[in-house]
Amino acid sequence: MNIDSIKNGYVIDHIKAGNAMIIYEALGLKNLDCQVAIISNAKSKKTGKKDIIKIDKNIDLDFDKLGFLDPEVTVNIVKDDKIIEKRKLELPEKIVNVAKCKNPRCITSVERDLDQIFILSDKKNKVYRCKYCEMSLK
Amino acid sequence: MRNLIDIKDLSVEEIDNLIKVANDIIANKEKYSHKCDGKKLATLFFEPSTRTRLSFESAMLELGGSVLGFSESSSSSVSKGESVSDTIRVVGCYSDIIAMRHPKEGAPLVACQKSVVPIINAGDGGHNHPTQTLTDLLTISREKGRLNDLTIGLCGDLKFGRTVHSLITAMSRYKGIKFVLISPDELKLPDYVIENVLKKNNIEYCETKKIEEYLPELDVLYMTRVQKERFFNEDDYVRLKDYYILNKAKLETAKKDLSILHPLPRVNEINTDVDDDPRAKYFEQALNGKYIRMALILMMLGIK
Repeated sequence: MNIDSIKNGYVIDHIKAGNAMIIYEALGLKNLDCQVAIISNAKSKKTGKKDIIKIDKNIDLDFDKLGFLDPEVTVNIVKDDKIIEKRKLELPEKIVNVAKCKNPRCITSVERDLDQIFILSDKKNKVYRCKYCEMSLK
Repeated sequence: MRNLIDIKDLSVEEIDNLIKVANDIIANKEKYSHKCDGKKLATLFFEPSTRTRLSFESAMLELGGSVLGFSESSSSSVSKGESVSDTIRVVGCYSDIIAMRHPKEGAPLVACQKSVVPIINAGDGGHNHPTQTLTDLLTISREKGRLNDLTIGLCGDLKFGRTVHSLITAMSRYKGIKFVLISPDELKLPDYVIENVLKKNNIEYCETKKIEEYLPELDVLYMTRVQKERFFNEDDYVRLKDYYILNKAKLETAKKDLSILHPLPRVNEINTDVDDDPRAKYFEQALNGKYIRMALILMMLGIK
């Protein structure tokens, strides 16, 4: 199967198989007017199979959100047909407006215009806690 | 500008210094009676709490300052839909320091992001209550003469009891502390306190449902009330409210120099026949609350 290479944009590689559509939705890629290729179940030496997303445009990619969704991915940044950077992602220390605190006692449930901020409190177990009420994100 | 949102905002040295100043205030009240002349404390209580509010107001008045504020959200602009951020910005125009209580967890943190004057968290939902913790530390320090090498029993609502969470956090920074966590399954200490505080700091602890089991070992017994306002389900509250009742008979196996603390108000978790026992320290604790808040106000305002 051939997918055209991209001139300027991103190749999000090593996505856990089955996660591509979640990332596609979460990053709002459906709103782009450029070519976006989603490859599911591509062969992977490391994990057997993986997903890949190719975006044919230099958009403002939210690396924190992407790292939170799948910290194992690698992002190849392509400029003028060449990969100029391979960025290995990891869990971000802080995520803003990616998830909503579910604690009904949290101030974020009532205060207007307040960002939903979660802080990484346990990297090993991928535990994030609400900045305000410290409830873990599940 | 200093804020006190979480007990962790204060270093051990700062806490020790606050205790030292509070002890000096107790010994030399006159010396402090004009330290805050011309200063105003705003007490913003979005949720009713008679004793914490009065303790703050009494503290400021004894320092020579004055107080303003409200004691429930229905008598403030909050009832008109005003946000915490806006309320704080406005009140900062009229006061030098703010003590606020709010039913929503994290509200004081939102407040200090917008405030131009120091904010003291006077309790936010089931989350933090740092000035109660300072009160507890002053009381333990005065009664036991130390804040290390203590076995502390915490009994009752350990899930929603913010005073318990803050006290565990604060005491975990001292050496030789062991906690005995006494609660029914439904009101056990939250995982995040066990993981982030007890396990992270290698603090010895054990959990039990029976108050009698570890009572003879305890240096301090910290009783708490099962708080009706923390339950969404009335049936759960009714089922759990009478789980622990401390009485004189149960105390027979306890140490002679045990200190019984309670953040108050109590309902029935400590029988009144315990009140005359010399080990009952909860009313002294309430008084200590005023002195430690006086020390805190001075620190936050940078007054020596």
